[in-house]
Amino acid sequence: MRTTPLAVTAVAALGLTLTACGSSDATSETKTGPIAVAATDTACEVAKTAVDAGTNVFAITNKGQKVTEFYVYAAGDRVMAEVENIAPGLSRNLHVELPAGTYETACKPGMIGKGIRGQLTVSGSAAPLTDDAALLAATESYSRYVKSQTGALEEKTTEFVTAVKAGKADEAKALFPIARTYWERIEPVAEIFGDLDPRIDGREEVTEEGLTFGGFHRIEKDLWETKDISKSGPIADQLLTDVKEVVQKANAEKLSPLQLANGAKALLDEVAAGKITGEEDRYSHTDLWDFNANIEGSKAAIASLRPVLEERDPALVKTLDTEFTNVDTTLAKHRSGDAWKLHTDLSQADLKELSDAINALAEPISQVAAVVAKQA
Amino acid sequence: MTGINRRRALTLAGVGAAGVAGAAAVAATKFKGDSEGTPEAVPFSGQHQAGIVTPAQDRLHFVAFDVVTKDRDRLIRMLKEWTAAAARMTAGQDAGEIGAVNGIPEAPPDDTGEALDLPPAWLTLTIGFGPGLFQRFGLSAKRPPALEELPRFTGDTLDAAISGGDICVQACANDPQVAVHAIRNLARIGMGAVSVRWSQLGFGRTSSTTTGQTTPRNLFGFKDGTRNLKAEQPDLLREHLWVQPGDGPDWMAGGSYLVSRKIRMIIETWDRSSLAEQEMIIGRRKGSGAPLGSDDEFEEPDFTAVGADGTELIAKTSHVRLAHPDTNAGARMLRRGYNFVDGSDGLGRLNAGLFFIAYQRDPRTAFIPVQRSLAANDEMNEYVRHVSSALFACPPGITAPDDYWGSALFS
Repeated sequence: MRTTPLAVTAVAALGLTLTACGSSDATSETKTGPIAVAATDTACEVAKTAVDAGTNVFAITNKGQKVTEFYVYAAGDRVMAEVENIAPGLSRNLHVELPAGTYETACKPGMIGKGIRGQLTVSGSAAPLTDDAALLAATESYSRYVKSQTGALEEKTTEFVTAVKAGKADEAKALFPIARTYWERIEPVAEIFGDLDPRIDGREEVTEEGLTFGGFHRIEKDLWETKDISKSGPIADQLLTDVKEVVQKANAEKLSPLQLANGAKALLDEVAAGKITGEEDRYSHTDLWDFNANIEGSKAAIASLRPVLEERDPALVKTLDTEFTNVDTTLAKHRSGDAWKLHTDLSQADLKELSDAINALAEPISQVAAVVAKQA
Repeated sequence: MTGINRRRALTLAGVGAAGVAGAAAVAATKFKGDSEGTPEAVPFSGQHQAGIVTPAQDRLHFVAFDVVTKDRDRLIRMLKEWTAAAARMTAGQDAGEIGAVNGIPEAPPDDTGEALDLPPAWLTLTIGFGPGLFQRFGLSAKRPPALEELPRFTGDTLDAAISGGDICVQACANDPQVAVHAIRNLARIGMGAVSVRWSQLGFGRTSSTTTGQTTPRNLFGFKDGTRNLKAEQPDLLREHLWVQPGDGPDWMAGGSYLVSRKIRMIIETWDRSSLAEQEMIIGRRKGSGAPLGSDDEFEEPDFTAVGADGTELIAKTSHVRLAHPDTNAGARMLRRGYNFVDGSDGLGRLNAGLFFIAYQRDPRTAFIPVQRSLAANDEMNEYVRHVSSALFACPPGITAPDDYWGSALFS
C-alpha cells in the first residue's frame, strides 16, 4: 500500500533519469549501488574492497547482538565518515566522499576498541564536488575561519591551563567559557579526529572503562564542584597537549563542501541535544556561551557556502537569514553585560522559546547538504 | 533503490522538477479519488472532518501546538502543507511527495519512515483552532462566541503546561505507530511555525460512535458512552453535533467544538471500593452496563424508581443521572475519549485515567453545563482529578483539491 505508489514514483523517476542521461547499462548501475556491510559481533563483511572515487554509500546491517559503529578511516585513522549507535537488527546508510587512495573500514561491535578492520582501495578520478569553483571558494573560506578559531583556541586554552596549574581558580573559571567558545565554534571539525574530541570535551559518563575522566569538563568539575584544583595539573597538561594536536590536524584538514553543510547542522544538533538541557556544562552552568558559539560556528559555515546557496536556492538563504536572526534575538534576551546568564537562571519557558528557535533554524539547515550536493 | 547510483540519484534530484511534478500528480489523483479503494483508509475529504463520527478507532495520539510564527502567510503555508501531508498519510502514503527512502542521499527524508509497510489503519486527522489563535493574525472578528475559554470548574487541578493550545490535531488509528507517525510528521513540517505544547497518547477507545460498535470500558471497568451520539442519528447530529449556518461565523458551519479533558483516575482507591459502591457511583451495573433497576444496557434509566427503603435506585449523586440530558436541559455530546496510562507517578501508583474528548455544536449548552453539574455533585469526583483542559473549534471538512485546513478562516 504505502510502498506501491513509492515504487511507481521511483521507477518513473528512474525512467526520466535514464532518458536524460542518454546512455546507461545495467551493469554500471549495479556496480555502483550501495555497498553492503554485514556487521556481526565478530566479523565486518564489506561487499567490496575496491570502489570508484566520488561519493560512496555503505549500507550497514548489524546482524550481531551488540550495538555497533562503522567507520571509514584514511591513513593515520583519520575519520572520513562514521555512523554510530547501530542497534542489533538495524540498518543504516553512510555517505562518504572519497578521493582516490587507500582506506580502512571498521566495524566496532560494542562501540569500543580499534574495531574489525578491512582494506578499501579507492581509484579513478570522479570529479569531486570541489571542482565547482564556487564550492572550492567556500571550502577555502571556511578553512580560513577554522585557522582563525584554532589559533584563538590554542591561545586561550594555554591561558586557562596556566591559571589552573597556578591554582588561580577564579581566573580559570573566567577563562573556561571563553576558551571553550573557540572549541565549540568548530567542534564538528575536531570530531573528525577520532579520540581527540572525547578526550578534550568528553563528559564524565562517556569516559571509557579504564580511562581517566579528563579534558575541559574534568577541570570544570574540579573548579566548580570539588573546588580543588591542586591535583588538576596533569589533567590540564594533557588537555593542552590534546588541543595542540587537534589544532595542528584541523589546520591541515581539507574539508569538503558537504562537510561544511553537515557541520552547520551538527552544531545545531549540539545545541538541541546538550545545551538546551544544561548537561554540557553541568558544573559551571555556562552552557549559553557554548550555545552562542555553536550558532556562530554554524553561521560561519553557512556564510562560506552562501554564494553557492544564493545561486542554487535563494529562498532557502532567505529562510536561513530569518531564522538565524530569530535565534540571535531570542538568545540576546539572556545576555548579562559582556557575559551570558547561567543555564540555571533560565526558566522552563525561556528554554522552550530557545528550543523552538533552534528547531525552526535546524529544519532549513538540514536541507543545505542536499543543495550543496546537487549538480550545478 | 538498488541499481540507482548516486550520480543518478543526484540527476534525479536535478531533474527534480519532473520527479516532484510526477509525485504531485500522484498525490493530486489520490486526493480527488480520496482513498477510495485503498483498504483500511478513511476518506480525507468531505462535508465534515473525518475523525468525529468515523467509527472510533482503537488508538489516539492527540497534540496541541502553540503558534510561534508571527507571520500570517507562514502559518497559512504550513496549514497547506499539513493538509497535503494529511491527505497522503490518511491514504497510507508517506507524508512527503518524495518519501522516506526515495530522496537524494544528502537530504533528510521528507517522511520519517516508521509507517513504511503499514496499512492506513483507518487513520483520521482532525484539526481544531483554540481561542488564543484568534487574538492574533487579524482573526478577532472571526472568533465564534462559542469559543470562549472554558470556565474554572469546582475541583479543577489543571496543569497549564498540558492545557490549552492554539491548534490541535487529533490522530486516531487502529495502529498506534500509524497515529504517532502522523503527529510526528506534522510536528516536523510545522517547525518554525508551530511548536508542540503538549501531546497525549491513548491506548483504548472509551466510546462507540456507531451503532455497529460494542460499548467499550474505561479504566474504572465500566462501559462508557452507552448513550453516546452515533453516526446513524442524522437528526440528533444536526441538533447536537454540527455547527449550523447562523450559529456563529460562517466559517464554522459544518464544524464542531472539541473539548478535551485529561482526567486522572485514582484507580488504586477505586479498586478498593466495593462493587455496590462502584455501581452506586456510576448508576449502572458493572457487568451489563444496564442502568440500576434494569437489565438492558440501552434501556433509558428510570430516575424515579425507588427501592424497598424508599430511596432512589439511581442516586442523586450518581454519574449517569448528573450527566443525563434530562438533568442538563437536553444537552448531548459526541464523546470520543481514550484510556491512558502515562507510566507511574513515583508514589507506587499508575498514572492512569481517561483522556476525555467530546464534540458538540456549542459547548455553552453542552459540555459546560454538564461539567458544572458533575463538578458540583458527582460522587465520582473522589476518584478523579481533571489535570488538563482545552477547547478547539474544528472547522468543516475539505471539499476541493485546492482547499486547505482553515481556508475559510483565513480567507
